[in-house]
Amino acid sequence: MLATLSRRAILAIYAVIIIIPLTVVAFGSFKSTQELFAGPFSLPHSLAPDNFVEVVGGQNLGSSFMNSVIVTGVSVPLTLFVASLAGYAVSRLKGFMSWAIFGFLVLGMAIPAQANMVPLYVLFGRLGLLDNLAGLILANVVSTLPIAVFILGGFMRTLPKELYEASSIDGSGPWKTYASIALPLSAPSIAAAAIFLFVIHWNELLYPLLFIQSPGNRTLPLALLSFQGEFQTNYPLLFAGVILASLPVVVAYVFLQRYFVAGITAGASKG
Amino acid sequence: MSIHPGTAARRKAPDSHTPDNPAKVRRRSPTRVNPALYLFPLPAVAVVAFFLVMPTLQAFQYAITDWNGFSAAFNYVGVDNFVRAFTKDSLFTNALTNNLKFVLLVVIAQTAFSLVLALLLTKNSRGSILLRALFFFPTILSSVSVAFIWKFIYDPNFGLANSVLRTVGVDGGAYLGNDAQALYWVAVTQVWFHSGQMMVVYIAGLQAIPKELYEAAEMDGASKWQQFKSITWPFVAPATSIVVAYTTVQSFKAFDLILGIAGNPPKAALDILSTRIYSTFANSEFGYAAAQSIIFMAMIALVTWLQRRLLRLTPKGD
Repeated sequence: MLATLSRRAILAIYAVIIIIPLTVVAFGSFKSTQELFAGPFSLPHSLAPDNFVEVVGGQNLGSSFMNSVIVTGVSVPLTLFVASLAGYAVSRLKGFMSWAIFGFLVLGMAIPAQANMVPLYVLFGRLGLLDNLAGLILANVVSTLPIAVFILGGFMRTLPKELYEASSIDGSGPWKTYASIALPLSAPSIAAAAIFLFVIHWNELLYPLLFIQSPGNRTLPLALLSFQGEFQTNYPLLFAGVILASLPVVVAYVFLQRYFVAGITAGASKG
Repeated sequence: MSIHPGTAARRKAPDSHTPDNPAKVRRRSPTRVNPALYLFPLPAVAVVAFFLVMPTLQAFQYAITDWNGFSAAFNYVGVDNFVRAFTKDSLFTNALTNNLKFVLLVVIAQTAFSLVLALLLTKNSRGSILLRALFFFPTILSSVSVAFIWKFIYDPNFGLANSVLRTVGVDGGAYLGNDAQALYWVAVTQVWFHSGQMMVVYIAGLQAIPKELYEAAEMDGASKWQQFKSITWPFVAPATSIVVAYTTVQSFKAFDLILGIAGNPPKAALDILSTRIYSTFANSEFGYAAAQSIIFMAMIALVTWLQRRLLRLTPKGD
């Protein structure tokens, strides 16, 4: 009895600690500063999207949003494609070569992006990849390729070899086997990896901070960060930015929750 | 998944190959590797080699120079940068101390808390599933968003925490404004941010424990605590090592959260290694920043190694 009660109490308290701040942010994004400070928990007086108009138009978050869409929209499929090619090869090659390629690619997970910022900045500078979206896309692919290979290659290795062999006996080359057998059968792990990459790429802050100079090339997290200095305590404006930056991920979470948990846990379990 | 296509293929494969290829009969597999297969991993290998491995090796080269990133001329200074980091640069040792403190706090708090949540939500009831989804939610937000939410919670004048405290007649604190406490409050934010994710790892581990063990323990009259100590804890050890390792790396890299909550550059009380490296880099001390990066990598490796040893020792001591 006491155990059930304290279980419920802990769960309820933590649920409140998560729900209340999120609600305050959602309500607050429609309030003026005075209104928010007077009653942070109250419903907004009006639903006029003044703060959103200000951040999207006045503060150019609209163009940052588009930049984020472009960068994420290209870097996620590109990472998946390159990683699945490698994962497929690893699952079909044998012995030392398979082990060596997988090991080499996956070892990259041990290199934290933040430790690489100086040499990567120098290299990207030489290649003319600073201050443009192409550089951000490449940086995203580079930093998440090892984990994507780990997830996809790990899954493809568990596919029964006989399927591949049947296909190659039918005279299909490796490309056809990859496209018509390996990819469709790996759909669950591709979905999980896609969600994982989507969240990482959409929220990526380090590379934009490092590479982007022009305000017009900012992605959402970087644009938001620049708010922090400008609007110290204009929380309603910050909240409107938070909502805008979170919306795509939240919508995806509502509809694809199962894949989120699977994907983000697969990413975590890399150990 | 159906196994029929597979078994059919296995039966068929040797027959179709043996006659025209007698010399290769003894090979392990009936099919030879198509050489075109070696082209498949090439893009990934090239990208990782050129943009990940090579820069890391280069960091070691930069680290022994005084290069400012722009001028063509620079000098090799040997281990001077490393000596400077540990003996002459209080900004760096401060960031290092903060970072280790932060990692220790978050690893202990997040591991314990996510295990508690997982224990309370192991059963797949409707309520549990709903609460898991809610607790997991913060993980998907961007660090900058989470930072802004908590900046408001901690705001000493208008913030949520102090408004709530005021209604019960308590004077709130300064939170992030109090240098002695600031790091602890960011640790609270970090635990709020990612405990749900680690909870999921623990739930998977807990659900894999055979129920019969608990039933048997129950019959032997073992208390809940004894059951936890002798069944649950040893059985979730693999999950614990995942959670600890992941949380360690995650809290070493709390770069985004710190910049979002404390601004760029953060004040000394909230400076951690990655933000310090960034400030050194932004200050055009490329050689020195590279040396700091190497120390950063070495720290992550060292702490991870220490934890593995400690975690391996714990069950044996029991």
